[in-house]
Amino acid sequence: MSAKREKRSKRTLAAEIAGTLVALLFFGVPAYFVLINSMKTSTEAARLELGWPNSFEFLANYGEVITANDGRLLLAFFNSAVITVFTILLLIIVCSMAAFVLARRQGMAKHLNYLVLVGLMIPPAIVPTIWVLQGLGLFKTFPGIIFLETALRFSFACILYRAFVATIPKELDEAALIDGCGPLRLFFQIIFPLLKPVTSTIIVLSSIQVYNDFENMLYFFPGSENATVQLTLYNYTGLFGTSYNLLFANVILICIPMLILFIFFNKRIVSGMTAGAVKG
Amino acid sequence: MNANNNRMYSYYFLLPAGIIYFVFFLFPTLMSFFYSMTWWTLTDWEFIGFENFITFFESPSLRIGFRNTLFFAGTAVTGKVILGLLIAVFLTSKIRNKDMLRSIVFFPVLISAIAVGATFGVLMHPTDGIINNGLNLIGLPSVDWLGNPNLAIFSVAFTDIWRGVGIATVIFIAGIMAIPGDYKEALKIDGGNTFQEFRHIILPLSRPAMNTVIILALIDGLRNFDLVWAMTGGGPGFSSDVLASIIYKQYASGFYGLATAGNVILFFFVACIAFPVFKFINRKEVDL
Repeated sequence: MSAKREKRSKRTLAAEIAGTLVALLFFGVPAYFVLINSMKTSTEAARLELGWPNSFEFLANYGEVITANDGRLLLAFFNSAVITVFTILLLIIVCSMAAFVLARRQGMAKHLNYLVLVGLMIPPAIVPTIWVLQGLGLFKTFPGIIFLETALRFSFACILYRAFVATIPKELDEAALIDGCGPLRLFFQIIFPLLKPVTSTIIVLSSIQVYNDFENMLYFFPGSENATVQLTLYNYTGLFGTSYNLLFANVILICIPMLILFIFFNKRIVSGMTAGAVKG
Repeated sequence: MNANNNRMYSYYFLLPAGIIYFVFFLFPTLMSFFYSMTWWTLTDWEFIGFENFITFFESPSLRIGFRNTLFFAGTAVTGKVILGLLIAVFLTSKIRNKDMLRSIVFFPVLISAIAVGATFGVLMHPTDGIINNGLNLIGLPSVDWLGNPNLAIFSVAFTDIWRGVGIATVIFIAGIMAIPGDYKEALKIDGGNTFQEFRHIILPLSRPAMNTVIILALIDGLRNFDLVWAMTGGGPGFSSDVLASIIYKQYASGFYGLATAGNVILFFFVACIAFPVFKFINRKEVDL
């Protein structure tokens, strides 16, 4: 019996080591490659090798990336932060309110289901959206891109909220009604605080999506003064030609916020993505 | 009580979200059907019927987008389902470092497609890239991943799998963990082996998770733009153009009507593929 168990544990150990090696080969090596080459000189980085740098140019490279184009990257970080924060704020408020009513009024929700699903699957129509933004005077403005990002994330947030509201007993609403609560107080003082778990899931997941968004920023928030983080990279490949060291330094810099988020909210991100996916 | 109840669930609550969703998403989508049939300069339009669509279907450089979009989505879905399931089975076995391995597989999900694309564009460099260096090391010839017109779209799809397999894996893990332990015990009592456990328990009972992975990867794959744009820009030539990148090129050249026709085609493309799959899958899930 104990010999068998020993054989088992040896096999487990072999599987653990093999799994680690494969994971490091496929995921560790690219990450290491980007990190180490971001610290080389441009001639050394051009050789695209995994070796240790002859001299560490960490400060020079990252300094140049940050100060390039009069600090375009810092401006991009500021713009992306503004867009992300305000999109999330707006999204949380309007989607939780809408989902509350949709969940409670079952009959109506049936017809609206399809409209909500459309937003989950269909990409935005580019030029008509620009036309609408221009008509409202919102093209290339913060409010414009914030409203647009909110509209594009609406379906996902609404579906998550609705599923969660459905688990809150209706008796709670009735008790509040008897105590003389109006609809606004019922929602903001009683229901909204109860939505906290799903609210934090939506905050984390939507921040990732908005921060990492390239396509919509390219179309609906163009212009050099409107730089956002993902677009700095797009500008770089042309700007620095084969200066891979600077390209990789830029890659590292724009990945850092999301990797920090990942370290702190690992469990929430994973559970949110699985829950959202299964219900979506 | 009922009438009072409905007063509590005021329609006004739907207004803010409804207005934003309608004005910035639904309305432009509706208008795209009209403007796709025009010659359009944003300030002025002229009705030309189905001419934009005819141009789209007749021009080989535009038509290639259909094939590539399907290839891309098909490869991405297949790769994510198979690899995601295998990794998930491995990470739900008795190994001790599964949390660490799951984090390693998952971290690319947090990195933007554009950053992943820029990185893999360099890793797949035809002469100096480390992927080719690795192949040479084990005696295989170099491959021109992004420069070969027949291969470019698959190289981009491979990168998409690399980036998205983490989500597939965690969804499969959640599905496998939800399988009641009784089944595995029963199999053990009957003397079943690991392969039989996979074939007769894990595979059929993780169907809901598999459906989720399929639909997510499918929608992502059909809409994909960032990764193609970062890695090949649709090239060489038009060989790796997908519908979304063709729309961008038409838009950038000022062919607004044609770009909008592309959006309408993409609309029907996604709707005709994703909606039936979605409905089919949802019906199946109720049965389980």
